[in-house]
Amino acid sequence: MTHKSTGDRILTVDTLARVEGEGSMRVQVRAGTVTDVELAIYEPPRFFEALLRGRSYLEPPDITARICGICPVAYQMSACQALEAACEVTVPEDIRLLRRLLYCGEWIESHALHVYLLHAPDFLGYESAIDLARDHREVVEQGLRLKKAGNTIMSVVGGRSIHPVNVRVGGFYRTPSRDELSMLLPVLTEALADAVATVKLVSGFDFPDFEQPYEYVSLRSAYEEEYPLESGSLVSTGGLSFTAAEFDDYITEEHVARSNALHARLRGVDAYVVGPLARYALNADRLGPVARAAAADAGLGPVCRNPFRSIVVRAVEIVYACEEALRIVQGWHGAAVPAVPVPPRAGVGHGVTEAPRGVCYHRYELDAEGTVLDARIVPPTSQNQRSIEADLLRFVQARLHLDDHQLTHDCEQAIRNYDPCISCATHFLDLTVERS
Amino acid sequence: MARPKLAVWKFASCDGCQLTLLNCEDDLLAVAGEVEIAYFPEATRGVVAGPYDVSLVEGSITTAADAERIQRVRAQSKKLVTIGACATSGGVQALRNFADVREFTSIVYARPDYISTLETSTPIAAHVTVDFELQGCPINKAQLLEVLTAAVQDRTPRIPNHSVCVECKARGNVCVMVAHGTPCLGPVTHAGCGALCPSYDRGCYGCFGPKENPNAASLGKSLALIGVDELGLKRVFRTFHSADPVFEAESRSHDAQVDG
Repeated sequence: MTHKSTGDRILTVDTLARVEGEGSMRVQVRAGTVTDVELAIYEPPRFFEALLRGRSYLEPPDITARICGICPVAYQMSACQALEAACEVTVPEDIRLLRRLLYCGEWIESHALHVYLLHAPDFLGYESAIDLARDHREVVEQGLRLKKAGNTIMSVVGGRSIHPVNVRVGGFYRTPSRDELSMLLPVLTEALADAVATVKLVSGFDFPDFEQPYEYVSLRSAYEEEYPLESGSLVSTGGLSFTAAEFDDYITEEHVARSNALHARLRGVDAYVVGPLARYALNADRLGPVARAAAADAGLGPVCRNPFRSIVVRAVEIVYACEEALRIVQGWHGAAVPAVPVPPRAGVGHGVTEAPRGVCYHRYELDAEGTVLDARIVPPTSQNQRSIEADLLRFVQARLHLDDHQLTHDCEQAIRNYDPCISCATHFLDLTVERS
Repeated sequence: MARPKLAVWKFASCDGCQLTLLNCEDDLLAVAGEVEIAYFPEATRGVVAGPYDVSLVEGSITTAADAERIQRVRAQSKKLVTIGACATSGGVQALRNFADVREFTSIVYARPDYISTLETSTPIAAHVTVDFELQGCPINKAQLLEVLTAAVQDRTPRIPNHSVCVECKARGNVCVMVAHGTPCLGPVTHAGCGALCPSYDRGCYGCFGPKENPNAASLGKSLALIGVDELGLKRVFRTFHSADPVFEAESRSHDAQVDG
């Protein structure tokens, strides 16, 4: 909706579409200068950290999965890692690999959803993927095939793709047989080809000329050949290096009036970015051969600082997740036990994994019976909020000559660069540009 | 004849049930051919004005603004179908109903004064007339397609009201409770998942909510016999469908023994 009156211009979009959740955006322009940008999140709070108090230490994987229907595995994995750390238990290698496989499924599903259904329509000039399918049905079908491949991995390993039932503290309820996993081979082989085609498709989009001096933060895996997913310690492009247990020493959250999500700041740096661009900048050397070749063909250098090109990096990560899933399935010989015992113990545990949108941190304090005394969860989108605002501030300033309609569209696209999951951060971007 | 207009609305929720529609990868484009996706912010910027023939509503009511918004959704919807645990029984966030929401707020937020929320999380049917409730956390894809098809054909959806046990038997599973002594909510839980948990050597944890006429008190006694203590009994009935009247009564019956 556009209002025009003499002198002032106010532009509002009641709902920013194609994001997961509800928030609002307000851009204020005074005398030709963007003076303020506020990303407000008014997704109703659901109080997960509070409702976990008094629950059994075996419950957070199922309960925190309900924070987000798009990335439930991220919550399950970070919760398991933190709770196992609190109880001083390490899971065997085969269980770690099976978790990694499940996580590959979530990356493929979530990234394909974002690339094809949420973000690509911006670049191609459509309101939605359904509109896009009217002209380019084969493109959308390719995306849906990829998304389905991710969901298939999650269904085989986790029981279902939304809120998988097979994950437990200590491992799984039942591990799939070699035959069950072998079923995935043809699916993954086709998905890998679709993923490479995706990189090619999206690298041909037009990208605004826009770079930002981001500080990137991601995990770095202790396993030398591996791109970070289910484990690792934190590193930054500025040279910081810290473990999950030190997360609180490096990252602080503050509560601002406009948002039902907390804003995160990195020690000595302030705003920082997590997610595909950060992982790629800090781990490009860990990509598999097919993903590395796809990145090179797409013209990605060692670091990408153009947030609009995150769609390319996301596509490269789909390639990696397909390659990695294939590697795990081909090497699978079954697990000795589906889960190891995790007796409760009084203590504190930290867990950090790479959700599709970036670092997802959990911390639990338990008593000797395993009752949760305190829980803390830092999802990726709340960590990116300050950088989304910083992007918009600069991006809008350089585009004030555009009319409200085009500028609004471009701002929405800039927000979608982050694949913001507002249900996680708490939800609804509606956008206001105020000019005077 | 014009295609029926479909709208998808979100209240307090995780987005998982509306994602279920996008997860119908093989059928999504066919569905989009049969109905006009008129309002679905998660999937499209395009907005076609109401009224709508079918509204799918995800999420529970937890704010004063949402309590007003659901009235406006009802007013412009010919049929209103709720999807998922949040919309049909208040969801996991209804655990606030058993606590002091001000205390909850202060646990999560440094500035509770910035937060505006209701004392309770309530299902959509507590606020407006609902034409059909599809249960599940998350809902089942095939059931969602059946509900949409039925809505378009103007008939009652064929969604069985029986328990997970019926599906478990049909699947040929060995009963995890009888054979392994694993606590299972299957006998009181609504079918729809295909007895997923028992198929993964796990007891049902009730994410589809109560079946028609569940006997939760009787199941509580059976669970106690296989060693579930009072605190455990309270927890199993007080998780994803805690505000359902039958589950709430059963969990409250174990409150006394575990001091609140």
